[in-house]
Amino acid sequence: MMGTREQEVGDSAMTLIRVVLPHHLRTLAGTGREVQVAVQPPVTQRTVLDAIEATYPMLRGTIRDHKTQQRRPLLRFFACAEDLSHAPPDALLPDDVVSGKEPFLIVGAMAGG
Amino acid sequence: MSGVRVLVGTRKGAFILTSDGKREKWEVSGPHFAGWEMYHLKGSPVDPNRLYASQSSGWFGQTMQRSDDGGQTWQPVGNEFSYVGDPGTHQWYDGSQRPWEFTRVWHLEPSLTDPDTVYAGVQDAALFRSTDAGQTWQELPGLREAKGHLWQPGAGGMCLHTILLDPVTPDRIFVAISAAGAFRTDDGGQTWRPINHGLQSPYELPDADAEVGHCVHSIAFHSSRPDVLFMQKHWDVMRSDNAGDSWYEVSGNLPSDFGFPIAVHAHEPETIYVVPIKSDSEHYPPEGKLRVYRSRSGGNEWEALTNGLPQSNCYVNVLRDAMAVDRLDSSGIYFGTTGGQVYVSTNSGDSWTSIVHDLPAVMSVEVQTLP
Repeated sequence: MMGTREQEVGDSAMTLIRVVLPHHLRTLAGTGREVQVAVQPPVTQRTVLDAIEATYPMLRGTIRDHKTQQRRPLLRFFACAEDLSHAPPDALLPDDVVSGKEPFLIVGAMAGG
Repeated sequence: MSGVRVLVGTRKGAFILTSDGKREKWEVSGPHFAGWEMYHLKGSPVDPNRLYASQSSGWFGQTMQRSDDGGQTWQPVGNEFSYVGDPGTHQWYDGSQRPWEFTRVWHLEPSLTDPDTVYAGVQDAALFRSTDAGQTWQELPGLREAKGHLWQPGAGGMCLHTILLDPVTPDRIFVAISAAGAFRTDDGGQTWRPINHGLQSPYELPDADAEVGHCVHSIAFHSSRPDVLFMQKHWDVMRSDNAGDSWYEVSGNLPSDFGFPIAVHAHEPETIYVVPIKSDSEHYPPEGKLRVYRSRSGGNEWEALTNGLPQSNCYVNVLRDAMAVDRLDSSGIYFGTTGGQVYVSTNSGDSWTSIVHDLPAVMSVEVQTLP
């Protein structure tokens, strides 16, 4: 369903990335479980998060720190059954995320007791 | 008929309780921001439909909300709180120096004259102000110059939790910080000085009457007489008759002078309320009896108010921002507990009823008196 990503964006320089948000960020942003954001390649954690914050400015500061841009401690980034939380923010995301086959997941870490 | 709107912040969302002037039948709205910690909500004194709310989460950090219709709808506003310059360090629990780091907003204080201006007290302790209805926030950094390097966190963190805007002297603001003390500006927030002379903390500080370091829990005044301040300190209930230049103890016959909130009656400037808590080690009422204590003499002589409150097996706490008074002719007194009850008295505390009794732990209670 996401095979013609560039065409859907309407700008061949951009690609649509699927992102799954945790419950509280969905309610804060007023979205459903999954959103799509247009990203200028390269598709990395940083460029995806930049696009999310540009589209949903109320999420600024809730995923990564305003100033340092570091991931908040109790959030995790998953994709393609891998934990990418500790990957460098400028590392390329998996091809299946870029193609739209798989979403990029932002997850609240398990921190119960 | 006029009415009231009670804004309740809890560990798991916000609730809005409304009633007419009789305050007998209540409508409960919420949870708003379900699942989030709502440290504080407060309405503008000049536009009752303008509300501000502090919404936070251990996962997602601090967000801010504003309502322009009395809490029916909300919109997220700015949540970036950047200290001016390099904020340096403050004392940590172990005595080492630790960099200032923003964590959350504890208290919101809307301007007395402009609905778009609101102050925010934050952790690590600092005072911020927004003049665009919460879209952007600017620190008033002069406060940290009042011996900020000597401040240290209390058990709840190094939070600025009390902001009092002086209605008589507009450039005067009082703030209180745990565990740093009370501070005052007389020039609109540019410069500040500690106002802790007379506070004694012999069990908490090596220098019992240090200039800063006292764990002030809350301060209140009557709007007609802002030079007279009442303070609930970690231990001790204190009073100042000169805008905080000096303090003296008015704990009198309280069963315990440890506690968190303190409030002043809306129409009787010498009538004040506290909720004694057993000790700093045991945060619940003495003897398992939930008692509000009232002094009609500005302190020292206190009477227990128990009618309608649980008098056995009660082990809740009442947090510092969880007590409020309305301005109706028969002034209402409100407080919320960590057990999820919100109580109201419509006869100055002589008797109490619970408006709600099974909310999440209550962190803050504010009341708006509506026209």
